[in-house]
Amino acid sequence: MTEVPEHLRKRAEEARAKAAAEKAEAAAPVASGGGGDDAAEQQEAESKIPAHLLERSKAAKAKSGGAEAGAVATAPTAAAPATAAGGPVLTGPGGNTQRLLTVVKSGSIQDTKSAPQDKVHTWPHLLVVEFAAALFITAFILIFSIFVNAPLLELANFNQTPNPSKAPWYFLGLQELLTMFHPMVAGVTIPGIGLFVLILAPYIDRNPSSKPEDRKFAISLMTMHLMFWAVLVMIGSFFRGPGFNFVFPWEAGLFFEL
Amino acid sequence: MATDEDVKKPFPQRMQDSMSQMGDQIQGSQAWNSIFRPGSIFRKGYTDSPRNRSYVIMNSVLYHLHPVKVKRHAVKVSYTLCLGGLSFLLFIHLTVTGIFLMFFYRPTAAAAWDDIYTLQNTVTFGLLVRNMHRWAAHLMVLSVFLHMARVFYHGAYKPPREFNWVIGVMLLQFTLLLSFTGYLLPWDQLALWAVTVGTNMMGYTPVFGDQVRFVLLGGVEIGTDTLLRWYVLHVLLLPFVVVIFMAIHFWRVRKDGGISGPL
Repeated sequence: MTEVPEHLRKRAEEARAKAAAEKAEAAAPVASGGGGDDAAEQQEAESKIPAHLLERSKAAKAKSGGAEAGAVATAPTAAAPATAAGGPVLTGPGGNTQRLLTVVKSGSIQDTKSAPQDKVHTWPHLLVVEFAAALFITAFILIFSIFVNAPLLELANFNQTPNPSKAPWYFLGLQELLTMFHPMVAGVTIPGIGLFVLILAPYIDRNPSSKPEDRKFAISLMTMHLMFWAVLVMIGSFFRGPGFNFVFPWEAGLFFEL
Repeated sequence: MATDEDVKKPFPQRMQDSMSQMGDQIQGSQAWNSIFRPGSIFRKGYTDSPRNRSYVIMNSVLYHLHPVKVKRHAVKVSYTLCLGGLSFLLFIHLTVTGIFLMFFYRPTAAAAWDDIYTLQNTVTFGLLVRNMHRWAAHLMVLSVFLHMARVFYHGAYKPPREFNWVIGVMLLQFTLLLSFTGYLLPWDQLALWAVTVGTNMMGYTPVFGDQVRFVLLGGVEIGTDTLLRWYVLHVLLLPFVVVIFMAIHFWRVRKDGGISGPL
């Protein structure tokens, strides 16, 4: 059997000593035979057990008679010395009817898998941050929209192709590739492979660590990938002029609409 | 109600008393308590206790999004830069401003450009709301992209979060498609030719190139059918799909144990 923790053992011992003292006092005036019942009655008056339950237990006691007295005496309750003189008392220290059987330490039968984590309440800690971020971005969009207008060029005209014709900025990397490769390679194969590899990244990268120093290869590969597109988009946006020819924006001006 | 004692009090004091009495009555009313569930900060006698802090989340609709407690490092702005949350916020912004724009827009080649022009020049706040819609859209493409980069550099796609990464990449593509379909709607020179360049590229899909292009354009050339098609994609189909994917995305974040741990 496992050990009883020190503080619990001490507490039980104290309670036992206290109960024994009380019992001795209660038993003192009752000298002889049948006094046990009186002592029990006095005990009952003090305890908070409901009357009907007491009646029931008394009846049960009467039924089982003296045979029970022996059994109770062996029970490790503080009442033992007192009951030796009188009848059976089925209460433990402090009038309690429950007993401490054993204390099972966690870990002996439970398997604790997760260690406790350092957590904070979502309200207010997370919500305040989110609210501030939401306010900030809303204010930014509002103020930016007051001062900068979205472009609206003249009505669409099929007969007048603007020079240069550019895709939306996030597709300008693809349009840039078009100048170097066959359209099928530039428009479908390369971005298709790029997306496919991106989706499969967690299944390709089997390295369990998420520490930057353990995943230099993955990080450098991703950085190159992101930079590849970023640079292409930049070139397509700012360094391509009429005829989609290479120009410097500080010489030829900007050919870029959002 | 006013006793002699009350009358003797100076007026500001009496005013304050009656105001606080009225506040108590409102906060104690059945209507108020039926709206604000136990633990709400608007309830009478709210105190800042751990129990009430839990109730604020548990007893509100926010419980669908946030757990009662999060890891301490998760609330650091320097870890997430709020990019995922801001992408979601921008999506909400775009929905709200987009619904406003829908009141003034008809997706036909004959009417589209004029509607935008009228919106900008005669509708109250029309220009402002259109600007907000446009800039929020560009910002959302950017924030979704940066969110992906952030997640990669933190290794947050590693088990058990592999599948959520896949959903995330899908969401990035839907974001691009949403932005691209919206690009055509003003029906100006910028829209027409940007979309011409984009759809020409998709026409080079191997084997099915012409069919892909035909489905996208609703014909062999960009025209009023294309406008209707992209309008429906932009305001209905793609947002619908995105909302479903976002719901799964957010749900998986929590199922996979909250946002990824400290490095």
